[in-house]
Amino acid sequence: MGIEVLIIEKLIIVTIVFVITLGIAAYSTYGERKFAAFLQDRIGPNNAGPFGILQPVADGIKMVMKEDFIPETSNRFLYQIAPGLAMLTALMTSAVIPWGKSLFIFGREVPLQATDINVGMLYVLGVVSLGVYGIMIGGWSSNNKYSLLGALRASSQMISYELPMGLALIALLMVTGTLSLREMAEMQNGWNGMQWNIIYQPLGFVIFIVCAFAEANRTPFDLPECEAELIGGYHTEYSSMKLGFYLFAEYVHMFISSTIMATLYFGAYNFPGVNTLYDILPHNVVTLIGTAVLFIKILFFIMLFMWVRWTIPRFRYDQLMNLGWKVLVPLAIVNIVITAAVVLITL
Amino acid sequence: MAEFTLSNRKKVVSRKEMTLSEKLYFPGILKGMGVTMSHLFKKKATLIHGKDHHVFAPVYRGTHVLKRDEQGAERCTACGLCAVACPAEAITMESAERKKGEESLYREEKYAKIYEINMLRCIFCGLCEEACPKEAIFLTDRIVPTTFNRGEFIYGKDKLVEPTDERVDVSKRQRPEVLEFKKDKKHYHNRTFLDKVKKVTKAH
Repeated sequence: MGIEVLIIEKLIIVTIVFVITLGIAAYSTYGERKFAAFLQDRIGPNNAGPFGILQPVADGIKMVMKEDFIPETSNRFLYQIAPGLAMLTALMTSAVIPWGKSLFIFGREVPLQATDINVGMLYVLGVVSLGVYGIMIGGWSSNNKYSLLGALRASSQMISYELPMGLALIALLMVTGTLSLREMAEMQNGWNGMQWNIIYQPLGFVIFIVCAFAEANRTPFDLPECEAELIGGYHTEYSSMKLGFYLFAEYVHMFISSTIMATLYFGAYNFPGVNTLYDILPHNVVTLIGTAVLFIKILFFIMLFMWVRWTIPRFRYDQLMNLGWKVLVPLAIVNIVITAAVVLITL
Repeated sequence: MAEFTLSNRKKVVSRKEMTLSEKLYFPGILKGMGVTMSHLFKKKATLIHGKDHHVFAPVYRGTHVLKRDEQGAERCTACGLCAVACPAEAITMESAERKKGEESLYREEKYAKIYEINMLRCIFCGLCEEACPKEAIFLTDRIVPTTFNRGEFIYGKDKLVEPTDERVDVSKRQRPEVLEFKKDKKHYHNRTFLDKVKKVTKAH
């Protein structure tokens, strides 16, 4: 019993998280198509398998079979690694997320988390900011004006919205006093699993969710890839599975953003009555129920992303920048001041 | 300058300042989300491929058919009026004289040996149908199927003439007056082959 067991344990958790992330991202594409269809009085994909359930597989096969085109004037090396970078940064975030309390396997307590680092939130922010490189390098190396403009927009948008996002998180940190996602999740266990951070930080959450939309490049902030002006934006020149990676990375981003929102503000794997249930039922069962609850929360946020996408049109670029710098940043600062005052008074 | 509008509808563009609730975006967004969510439960407009069928209008103009008469003889006499009427010049034909013993195959003394319609040229206007004095060509409610080859869109007699065992109903395309007129046996072209035979035997 030593380091080998730990390595195997973490390896299994990482593999499971990886598979689940990819699976959910793949089925988000199906869910999005189906949901969009229903909102528009259509029925969506229904030919591949029952209810079109095999559609993501068919899409994947199609993507792989397409011609992999590399523009002659592109920077070949950067052009080829850029989609991989986008995918890598999208997937890396899930390492610090606590997926559940802990399981007792062969008498060992196994926390359902790949790694619990004490700067978890900072890690997430850092990796999310790295995400802009995949887009920027892809757009620049394509040597195409539309790609470059799309990449330019993406980077300025992501950098602009990271600021209010970080400020919203600072207010949250004032309340929780920790950067570790595991500790944040455990803190929301109070009042029998009801003490969610959304109660303390409603304004912070609103700022965070708006920024999350912008960070994931989703409508109404999907300016980097607007079809009408930029012919697809940063991935104009991409085809085959490289394009697939970019599109897929967007869904992974969406999944990760939803997970972080659920973990930070909506009680992570806690649900009302969780502690009572721990007294009645076996530990492992309640943990699995908690994980299921977390996934329900995540799926709700993914649905929210889609719901907003198919409801409102895209912001104009100046409106986007106005909203980011002139509304969200001051609002986040006001939020910090109020939080600080309240924390000071109650302590 | 006189008021000049096409639809008589006009709306003055409002440049007023946005109210606070509009500036916040959220009330508007939530309202919009309510609208989209209400559509989630509405009836779907989609027709499922292979299960549902489009209901064609009674006057739908699709693939042509070259009719046979009640005895199964081809009605077309290769007069060429349809080809002349065709604005897209899609119809070509070659006529031949009916031989003895072919009376049950062709209604008139002259018939179309080759009759071709280029479905890629055809605009499905129905002028050929109007031009035809013999009630031989009709546009039906069938769709021209897609193929991979341009040549396959040139439909010959093999595809156009209706099979005797699988008649194509064109009554939807015939006006009541026409149907009534067809019963009048005083006109030669309304008589069937059997009518003619009867007449001949009577004369004898």
